[in-house]
Amino acid sequence: MQVYKKDFPIFSQTIHGKPLVYLDSSSTSQKPSCVIEAIAHYYQHNYANVHRGVYELSERSTHLYEKTRKKVQWFINAAHTHEILFTRGTTESINLVAQSYGRTHFKAEDEIILSEMEHHSNIVPWCMLQEQLGIKLKIIPVLETGELDLLAYEKLFSSRTKMVAISHASNVLGTINPLKKIIAIAHAAKVPVLVDGAQAFPHMPVDMQLLDCDFYTFSAHKAYGPTGIGILYGKTALLEKMVPYQGGGSMIEKVSFKKITYGQLPYKFEAGTPNMAGVVGFYAALDYLEKMGMKAIVQHEQELLAYATSKLKAIPGVRLLGTAPDKVGVLSFVLNDIHPHDIGTILDHEGIAIRAGHHCAMPLMEKYQIPACVRLSFGLYNSREDVDAFVAGMQKVHEVFN
Amino acid sequence: MSELRELYQEIIIDHGRHPRNFGFLPEATCHQEGFNPLCGDKIILHLYENKDVVEDLKFEGSGCAISIASASLMTECLKGKSRNEIEEIFNLFHKWVTMNDVPDEFKEKLGKLEVLGGVREFPARVKCATLAWHTLKAALLGQNLKLEVVE
Ligand SMILES: Cc1ncc(COP(=O)(O)O)c(C=O)c1O
Repeated sequence: MQVYKKDFPIFSQTIHGKPLVYLDSSSTSQKPSCVIEAIAHYYQHNYANVHRGVYELSERSTHLYEKTRKKVQWFINAAHTHEILFTRGTTESINLVAQSYGRTHFKAEDEIILSEMEHHSNIVPWCMLQEQLGIKLKIIPVLETGELDLLAYEKLFSSRTKMVAISHASNVLGTINPLKKIIAIAHAAKVPVLVDGAQAFPHMPVDMQLLDCDFYTFSAHKAYGPTGIGILYGKTALLEKMVPYQGGGSMIEKVSFKKITYGQLPYKFEAGTPNMAGVVGFYAALDYLEKMGMKAIVQHEQELLAYATSKLKAIPGVRLLGTAPDKVGVLSFVLNDIHPHDIGTILDHEGIAIRAGHHCAMPLMEKYQIPACVRLSFGLYNSREDVDAFVAGMQKVHEVFN
Repeated sequence: MSELRELYQEIIIDHGRHPRNFGFLPEATCHQEGFNPLCGDKIILHLYENKDVVEDLKFEGSGCAISIASASLMTECLKGKSRNEIEEIFNLFHKWVTMNDVPDEFKEKLGKLEVLGGVREFPARVKCATLAWHTLKAALLGQNLKLEVVE
């Protein structure tokens, strides 16, 4: 399946004299030519500030910007275009909800439910509320397989529970969480749910009507789009009750020094000149995903995951972290007493990019009692040849250390 | 493979796997923690100092082969050295692992520590080789607190 790779110009180079094998898409994805070209084209032909000018260029720019919002709405099957907010990324989306929703709806002793597998960006914003408001965090434990302990989850609810914030898929374990069930349980207790979809969005169909979550967040850069662009989806009823996150231009209706009237959704949450080129580039990425087809992407990545899992299991001394039956293309492991960074350096020498470290999930590392692990993660451009190169690279690790 | 071999010399693999002077030092006059928040490597250094001479030192912690080997070799090399001598070795070592074109005489002065020069070709790994050394420096400055090294 080398068909996708040719769409990504970065693969035309060699690293340390070897063809680039990129196995770090969970961290960030590479960009197809169409995205790179769309950004250049925008700057060359259509660039001007959005929502401001009455002139032709500004209108074109605004049109491209708002067209992307519509496309995102269609892509994730949101009920309304104004439920799609542009942010800097998943991190900002979660901070926006924590600060804007949290600070006005939570008070001391209220409880938020998170899980042990969360990325720091779905932990720290809530920890900040812990400091600011005195709320409490309740943590869903992760089982040895890398699945959430749902029985424990149900028991975490109390009359003080105000939010569940949970990842759709884990960036370390790959586990796809049973969101429908998680959300149904929360809603039965009248608790809203925020989903961190950073690791799910470009790897599976994501449908807001089906999931019925209250907030959903993801980053364009992990979905073949540009950096500095993310999405916050929120249900209208909740977004309307929220105060603005940042103040500035574009987000207001009327300003005097005495009184401010805020603008309508979604502009209320988009203060200042936004990352317009990022939004335009993201449109191209969504277009690309649509053309490739989610069904084909899922099939390709799942095949690759199964192939890589069996290859990895066959390497002596490998301990796989995360063996849930339902996973995205993420494989984390440790190898005997060899430190992940040493593995990372040796593989890099073979032109293979993997991630070694704590993956912004220190609580999870603590659970598995390891300081760090090695992670390979797939994008649609990866192939069986990449997995084979990785396995050969692991042989090199073995040679250096024995 | 040659640059890699240069980095992962046998002596480094050996000290990484079987660190010398590893453990707690009950009579220590100073304990110092060094932490690399980017990769999670952690060193705790225990020093016994008497009249400006580091008479004994041990370390604990976890990290990659380079950071553990560097700490191990450092403790071997510095035992019994005075503050002034340590200062000189620190400066030599720092230049040796970060700069190109250092004079050959450095190599002689550094003795066994010379093997760590291989990190020069791996900029992302220099901080692994220097973690124990920065921890030591903090200990000698009497900071006695957590030190984050993000070189
Ligand atoms: C599960 C998860 N959540 C959140 C994030 C943060 O995304 P960003 O850095 O794009 O804001 C990541 C990125 O690694 C992630 O894997």
